[in-house]
Amino acid sequence: MNKELRRVSLVIMLMFVALFVSTSVIQVFAVDSLRADEHNVRVLYESYSTERGAITVDGVPIVTSEPVDDNYSYLRVYSQAELYAPVTGFISLNHGSSGVERALNEELSGTSNAQFLDQLNALFTGQKPKGASVELTLDPVVQQAAWDALADNSGAIVAIEPSTGRILAMVSKTSFDPNQLAAHEANTIIDQRYDELLANPNKPLINRAITGDLYHPGSVFKIVMTAAALQGGDYTPDSEFPNPGQLQLPQTDVFISNAEGGACGGGETATIATALRLSCNIPFAQLGAAMGEDRIRGMAESFGFGQSVSIPMASTPSIYPEGMDAPQLMLSSFGQFDDKVTPLQVAMVSAAIANGGVLMKPTLIDTVTSPDLRVIDQFEPEVFSTPVSPEVSATMVQMLVNGVSNGAASNARISGVDVAGKTGTAENGEGEPYTLWFTGFAPADNPQVAIAVVIENGAPNAFGNKVAAPIAKKVLEAVLSR
Amino acid sequence: MTSPTSSVVDAAPRPPLTGTIRLRLRAPSRLRNLELLLLLGACAINAAAILLVQLGAIGHPDWSLATLGIGLSVLVLAMHVALRVVASDADPFLLPIATVLNGLGIAMIYRLDLAKGFEGWDMASIRQIAWTSIALVLAIAVIVLLRNHRVLYRFRLTFALAGIVLLVIPVFFRPVNGANIWVQLGPFSFQPGEIGKIALAVFFAGFLVTARDSLSMIGRKVLWMTFPRARDLGPLLVVFAASMGVLVFQKDLGTALLYFGLFLVMLYVATGRSSWILLGLGLFLGGAFAASRVLSYVGGRIDAWLEPFARANYEGNGGSYQLVQGLFGLSNGGLTGTGLGLGRPDITPLAESDYIVASLGEELGLVGLFAILALYLLFVSRGFRIGFAGQDDFGRLLAVGLAFVVGLQVFIVIGGVTRVIPLTGLTTPFLAAGGSSLVANWMIVALLLRLSDSVRHQPRTVIE
Repeated sequence: MNKELRRVSLVIMLMFVALFVSTSVIQVFAVDSLRADEHNVRVLYESYSTERGAITVDGVPIVTSEPVDDNYSYLRVYSQAELYAPVTGFISLNHGSSGVERALNEELSGTSNAQFLDQLNALFTGQKPKGASVELTLDPVVQQAAWDALADNSGAIVAIEPSTGRILAMVSKTSFDPNQLAAHEANTIIDQRYDELLANPNKPLINRAITGDLYHPGSVFKIVMTAAALQGGDYTPDSEFPNPGQLQLPQTDVFISNAEGGACGGGETATIATALRLSCNIPFAQLGAAMGEDRIRGMAESFGFGQSVSIPMASTPSIYPEGMDAPQLMLSSFGQFDDKVTPLQVAMVSAAIANGGVLMKPTLIDTVTSPDLRVIDQFEPEVFSTPVSPEVSATMVQMLVNGVSNGAASNARISGVDVAGKTGTAENGEGEPYTLWFTGFAPADNPQVAIAVVIENGAPNAFGNKVAAPIAKKVLEAVLSR
Repeated sequence: MTSPTSSVVDAAPRPPLTGTIRLRLRAPSRLRNLELLLLLGACAINAAAILLVQLGAIGHPDWSLATLGIGLSVLVLAMHVALRVVASDADPFLLPIATVLNGLGIAMIYRLDLAKGFEGWDMASIRQIAWTSIALVLAIAVIVLLRNHRVLYRFRLTFALAGIVLLVIPVFFRPVNGANIWVQLGPFSFQPGEIGKIALAVFFAGFLVTARDSLSMIGRKVLWMTFPRARDLGPLLVVFAASMGVLVFQKDLGTALLYFGLFLVMLYVATGRSSWILLGLGLFLGGAFAASRVLSYVGGRIDAWLEPFARANYEGNGGSYQLVQGLFGLSNGGLTGTGLGLGRPDITPLAESDYIVASLGEELGLVGLFAILALYLLFVSRGFRIGFAGQDDFGRLLAVGLAFVVGLQVFIVIGGVTRVIPLTGLTTPFLAAGGSSLVANWMIVALLLRLSDSVRHQPRTVIE
């Protein structure tokens, strides 16, 4: 009997060894993958159990966590929800998060490396751990002015302080109410709201200022063209091009014309300065053909085309196409064909010209402050690139001032202040609404703000100067009257 | 037993012999003193666990449970005193192990009650405390009344009948959660199968001691193994059929596995023939395969075991939701646990009964689970020790059977929770909420204590 007993003991032993192994695997080795599983609500509850830090604008909280008596301990509350929603984004129980809520999740939830010691301290002192608060660079007055100026239009506004890269306003319409998604309600209710927002043709969940389907830049791309021409040294504002009323694209029977019809300002030839001031297409088409796509792309990329900018949400890279044939190159030279940009990118182009040719890295984050008011992260201005020389920049400032004072962007004029600017009206194909642009900066001699305004539902007879320039003017005035 | 007196020692004229006597006479009280020490430690651990639960879950101590806790401690100490009087040579580890496991279980059930906001008799922990006291009283009664375990041998057929009745009764009652293993009378519900496993262990031990000669001596040799004659296969087939009956009519995978495993191991230990194991495993695998094909709930359990994270299994009715939540809970605990009262074990369904191990693993961590597993292992090994040291084969078989059934049940439950085997609904001995399980396992403690006392009590030479 003892031999059998020994064997059965061995079996019992093996069974327990299996249990020791299985529990070790689950509780030590598989922890990361189990925590990462989408069904693991414990991780979610845990993330809600710490008081998430506030998001503030000019010291005033616009997103806060209010204690509530349910599984999640804290409810995220968004005040002035729609105004700031594209920037703050949302955080939800079952549809993830977006915007600053997502990009700065570690700081807001207190799990960033910089906050590790705080968490450890809280563990030993028995205090409830708390996340850091985040102060945005947005200026509430400018933000509100941009929101109001955009009125019922679908589109976006980005305003940047050229000398630092601080984003003063970022508005995207149609917006949404993040409180709807942050509510602690049954998954099915949140699902339904989320699906409705997704299905909405106005795409309220998309922050058009930095992402989405991007827009044709139209004539605002001529700033990049001019920069490419002047920076090379072989062109000046007075370089001349033939000035026909119509131009047949090579290898096709397509004719292009200037926006106003007819020649560009009269005369046998048109200068680059005139073409930029009056926003003529034909001279730029010829300039593009003369420079070639590589030279233009070089300038576009030094303005930020082709790369994602972390503000800290990642922007969608703007596109200058590759491998174009002659007619495509000419079309793309006045912002048509496959040129695609974000409003942020356009604002960056203006900001670089405004700042003496130095492009500062744009950002939304001013400071990250721990609950005990220790500054974890403080914004420092950072050079992004230097697309043009100070001389070219100075020349272009004057050209763009002329565009407003005596050219196609006349509706952005502000009395007593020199405004530099460029309008754009991009076609999106037969029957599609126009994309209407204004970009510029003011005051021209000491720029405090660079702006990009885009309206995506422009009527067929609308153009940038009529719709976008007056909107931009209101925002510029808001900055100048601070 | 008489306690040692100084006169016995002092009056001894022959030093060598006196030395031996002194040892023998002192041994019992030394065992009991060790038990008392361990028991006080166990009660302290339990009190600390309850206190930690309160601090973790509600932030301050709540003394309302103190009276009940002291009451239970008094009952456990009463059992200790009873052992001093009627079974002074009994194993000193069994009672403290059962006590600390039972107490940890109550602490965790209480913690889950707090999370769910139950009060009064709605609290599973209050019912668990009541059942623990009933179980302790019954265990004391067994220890006091059953002075000689061989009495059980005489009533082996009665136990067989009792086992069968206990097994069959639930069929006449309403199923709970799909399984037909409950008897509900008014507000009380009971799982007779838990008690049934003891009755069957007694019967198996009695039957095998009688029948083992015919089961082990005669047979045909195939290769290196001797296989039993067809007519001797009867008992195995009957138990197999009964287990499959449990599987089909009561829809209880765990119990079926437990009964069959118990019989198979006892049969093997009694006869010493590995061919029984081979035959039994063959039958079991065949039966399990057939069941997985024919019975949808068995197939579902196996699918959930193999692919718990697959959407169809996770969201399916009777799928892997509970299994996966248990895994999340365990991983949430990690190495050291969240601390008592600080995790979220209440998210997992049946966290206080079938899934109490996952709950404890979440809040006490891998460290805590290892400690609990080590306690079970020690408990089972103390039972096997009786099997090794015992003199009468009935007692040895019974001890091994009872110890093995605890070990197997632990393996089936925790193995199910941790994906070693498919999940089946069994209670974790001593820990899980449930009166019948508590009563049954405290009976096992009482029987093992009685058996261990008999082992030490009798001079070897008298029996063999």
